[in-house]
Amino acid sequence: MSAESLILFFIVGAFLVGIALLFSSLVPPTSTNPQKAEAYECGIPTEGITWLQFNVGYYLFAIIFLVFDVETVFIFPWAVMMKSMGMTAFIEIIIFFFVLGVGLLYAWKKGALKWE
Amino acid sequence: MTFNIYDFTSFNRWIDEGLNSIMSPTWALITEMAIIGIVFLLFYAVVGLFLVYAERKVCAFMQNRVGPNRVGPYGIFQTIADFIKLLMKELVYIKDSDKLLFNLAPFIVIIASFMALSAVPFAKGLHAIDFDIGILYVIAVSSLGVVGILLAGWSSNNKYSLIGAMRSGAQIVSYELSVGLSLLTIIVLAGTMQFSEIVEMQRNGWFIFKGHIPAVIAFIVFLIASTAETNRGPFDLAEAESELTAGFHTEYSGIKFAFFFLAEYMNMFLVASIGATVFWGGWMPFHVSGWAGFNTIMDYIPPFVWYIGKTAFIIWLMMLFKWTFPRLRIDQLLTLEWKYLLPINLVNILFMAFLVLMHWHF
Repeated sequence: MSAESLILFFIVGAFLVGIALLFSSLVPPTSTNPQKAEAYECGIPTEGITWLQFNVGYYLFAIIFLVFDVETVFIFPWAVMMKSMGMTAFIEIIIFFFVLGVGLLYAWKKGALKWE
Repeated sequence: MTFNIYDFTSFNRWIDEGLNSIMSPTWALITEMAIIGIVFLLFYAVVGLFLVYAERKVCAFMQNRVGPNRVGPYGIFQTIADFIKLLMKELVYIKDSDKLLFNLAPFIVIIASFMALSAVPFAKGLHAIDFDIGILYVIAVSSLGVVGILLAGWSSNNKYSLIGAMRSGAQIVSYELSVGLSLLTIIVLAGTMQFSEIVEMQRNGWFIFKGHIPAVIAFIVFLIASTAETNRGPFDLAEAESELTAGFHTEYSGIKFAFFFLAEYMNMFLVASIGATVFWGGWMPFHVSGWAGFNTIMDYIPPFVWYIGKTAFIIWLMMLFKWTFPRLRIDQLLTLEWKYLLPINLVNILFMAFLVLMHWHF
């Protein structure tokens, strides 16, 4: 099987959910009333809008994650070639990790890794 | 027929040639795809249902209860009964919710976990797709699930859901780094990302023994990080039931809720099988170099049994974690990842690279 057959897995996954949702929306008995459509929060009508400004901490972590995730992608080819390249690759990754470590340390000292 | 339980390559070729001899190549390909699709669908459903049952039983035994014991012998049909019940429940829509995204979320979660499963080698010759970038592919696809979770929380128009989804997003995204880096440690040792080659290289010793200290550290980090990445306790604060009702899937009812539940268990199965494959040799039997007799006896156990056994053991460990440790707070969770696991991982990769350089591994 080649990589094209990934489409197959996509289709089968979508089919599994789709057929069940279709069945569930057609077969079971339904009834509606205003209370049923309320959000399940506290029993009385919800106050205020839900889609509001959110704690900036989550976004900070998302940005740091983005930096490190891109770095991880760079390390993958290195990891595959490490065995055959030997010393050169080792020295290069030490330099790379040094830069990465300084970045992490900077974020740490700036308090970006602290949850408030 | 050449069915051999130790090597499925000839069996696959037999099916392929048999189909090609009775129909045109295009139809043979379509039939093969249909067979693979149905097999994976059944496997997915059976494993998902079984894991839910297993979790309830493990939880019950840890809490000195009996667990499900009414439906069928030892209650083994309990989850099937639950599934039928959920299928027959009405899908409730919430006022002012974003209907399109609300319906799209279970699709994304299930498709992500289903596609990631396609790269897992179950036994020799028994895998759907054997990528040369297997590990990278699995990490990439399985991380798509977080999009579904964020969509679910966002579109529900419920504050609990939104908080749960945001927590879950921060958590999965953070711990994904550690999962990737701990697998990288083993890639340094293996020199390849292809699952079949990784398993083949462990013929004379699993990587956790070959790479000794750094491999053990990487495995422990992997276990912690993958438990967190699958949103399981003690890291289940995305669905902390005592504070957020049910987190991101609060508003989901019936079969849609079941899909989130199923995806969670299948993700657990997926990370356990990746861990078993990369660290413990996948379907490769336990071999000790030099002990020919012992190795022969171990070879009699079919590869599929080895694979399932190792995966089940890791899943069992993750279940024990859930019912042993109290839930972390979000600041503790992020501190654990960014101030402990990530630096440990980076140093560990250097350590492993040094080991490979000096040929100090086995």
